Amino acid sequence: MLNIDFAELEEKISNEELTFRNAIAKEAIKNYSSLDFPNNKDEEWRFTNISQLMKHDFRFISGSSDINRNDIKKFLLGEIFKYQFVFVNGKFIKELSSDVRTQNIEIANIDTAIDNNTELFKKHFAKYAKSKVNYFSALNSTNINSGAFINITDNSVIKEPIHLLFISDFKRKTLVQPRNLFLAGKNSQATIIEHYAAFNDNIYFANAVTEIFVGENSTLNHIKIQEESRNSYHISETAIEMERSSNFESAAISFGGEISRNEINCKFNGQGCEATLNGLFMLDDTQLHDTHTSIDHAKPYCNSHEQYKGILDGKSRGVFNGKVIVRPNAQKTNAFQENNNIILSNEALVNTKPQLEIFADDVKCSHGATIGQIDQDSMFYLKSRGIGEETARKILIHAFASDVVKSIKVNGLRDYLENILELRFNKEK
Amino acid sequence: MMLEIKNLHVNVGGKEILKGIDLIVNAGEVHAIMGPNGSGKSTLAQTIAGKQDYEITKGQVLLEGKNLLELSPEDRAREGVFLAFQYPIELPGVSNTNLLKTALNEIRKYRGLEAIDTMEFLTLIKSKMKLVELEQSLLSRAVNEGFSGGEKKRNEIFQMAVLEPKLAILDETDSGLDIDALRIVANGVTKLKSKDNATIVVTHYQRLLDYIIPDFVHVLYNGRIVKSGGKDLALELEERGYDWLKEDKELIAG
Repeated sequence: MLNIDFAELEEKISNEELTFRNAIAKEAIKNYSSLDFPNNKDEEWRFTNISQLMKHDFRFISGSSDINRNDIKKFLLGEIFKYQFVFVNGKFIKELSSDVRTQNIEIANIDTAIDNNTELFKKHFAKYAKSKVNYFSALNSTNINSGAFINITDNSVIKEPIHLLFISDFKRKTLVQPRNLFLAGKNSQATIIEHYAAFNDNIYFANAVTEIFVGENSTLNHIKIQEESRNSYHISETAIEMERSSNFESAAISFGGEISRNEINCKFNGQGCEATLNGLFMLDDTQLHDTHTSIDHAKPYCNSHEQYKGILDGKSRGVFNGKVIVRPNAQKTNAFQENNNIILSNEALVNTKPQLEIFADDVKCSHGATIGQIDQDSMFYLKSRGIGEETARKILIHAFASDVVKSIKVNGLRDYLENILELRFNKEK
Repeated sequence: MMLEIKNLHVNVGGKEILKGIDLIVNAGEVHAIMGPNGSGKSTLAQTIAGKQDYEITKGQVLLEGKNLLELSPEDRAREGVFLAFQYPIELPGVSNTNLLKTALNEIRKYRGLEAIDTMEFLTLIKSKMKLVELEQSLLSRAVNEGFSGGEKKRNEIFQMAVLEPKLAILDETDSGLDIDALRIVANGVTKLKSKDNATIVVTHYQRLLDYIIPDFVHVLYNGRIVKSGGKDLALELEERGYDWLKEDKELIAG
């Protein structure tokens, strides 16, 4: 178990009345206590060694930060969105955020939403994440201290992207636990950006859980950018529940952290769903990134497309595990999965594993994985045009990353990411 | 002298492919290098451009007196060598425009010139596109990705037109082209020809030479130039094939 002191929390809960919040925490502490800290003997963690997390004494959030509007500018996506929500060190910063509650959309601090515990909120909250089996999701539920509740009401089309910005500026080893719940009502449409960033290179642990309910015939676009502090740890579960004829498109871009892991669990609860899961991670030095996806084709006539790409330099480690389950009645399923990695050094390493469990007979499923170096024929072609080694290399890495970045439809965000890629490549040897 | 090749020997994968090539190409000239499959034509073309993994065991390659073999592939290009690839590489994610602008600017930088102004660049590429009848939409597309065979070859000549090399080597640029594409490619090459540059056309078929009239034709066989002549040699090859040369060769060797 992690070195986290629960005594105070447990005492506080036992002394108070059993509110919705306390009930969740109580249940979570029970789950958490019954689970073991993951190690390499656990198949789901076979290639992802997180034992160094145990070396730190993380404390729950306390204290505040004196960050102002100017400081966060560099994390804004080129323009100030109408729907901008900023959390600094886990705290919702009202002055830096737009408060929205219209008949089409409601965005609230998760704390407030838990306290209000409306019927709608209770119907969906803590229902999709795997808190009973996932050690870190259980931990998240014990003490939720950051995050947003977003509700797009039925038939609402929200054109402007919703930008949730989680900034870390911790002065000591802290455990921050963002928790989000996004609901897309029937026939609704929206784009939500979940963005994790840091002001310094400090050590902290962000343990995030995001639950997403994609209502009937709705379209939800979800982009996660993880540019946490270089020395931090970021572990997350994103659980997506999809209703009939709904559409979910996502991109997860990971640059930061010493160790980071995205677990993405997507379930089709009705026919005719379509899920597109894209991702890109870029690592250097001793960084480790792990993407675990699981797509549950529980119903027929659903499509899933996955494309994850990795760029690894230094002694970095990449892990990809893509599970696809096609249930016995899920006929006419299309499930395509691809994982491509490019290795720029002699010491970087990738472990990639497709995991297809198919119980229906009229389905199309494919998977592919590649691990390679920069293509020498392409290098020669560029050089033969007068382009030098350095530039040619940059062009080819950039090109490798570009189809994931190009799949992002928010212009400001695409430029923002292009810029990060650019800076990253200029640093390359 | 634009290009001078002296007694060039090249090994590929431990096997000797070029066994002593001598060739002189002057500015303003077009040379055709013909020969059967496996004779070493592409190896010669790629060796001049600086392909790695090719082991040069003997000989010299000079461009205007400068030793090309000491230069990296990019520096050879900057000195004015251009290779139109037999199989142009597809570069997903790299736009044609980006490739050309980067290449042009790196070449200019090498020659001590300033980076090209964006408007000037656009004007330049527009005029060069017309030369090979390429559609403008191909500019923003990824290099060669999803291009037809003919489009790929035309794109090579388009790049050549933009980069304005001193020495252009066309490696089987005519292979696999229909007659219309062949005419367009050949027209482009002919229009780019000047008294200051030189062209080496590597080809398997005489057909291209109906459109690009060579000043000299060389036959490459088994790693050596076994016969050189004027454009009539190409016609003779078309008629008689290569076998008579093989016999000749054996006579010579004997």
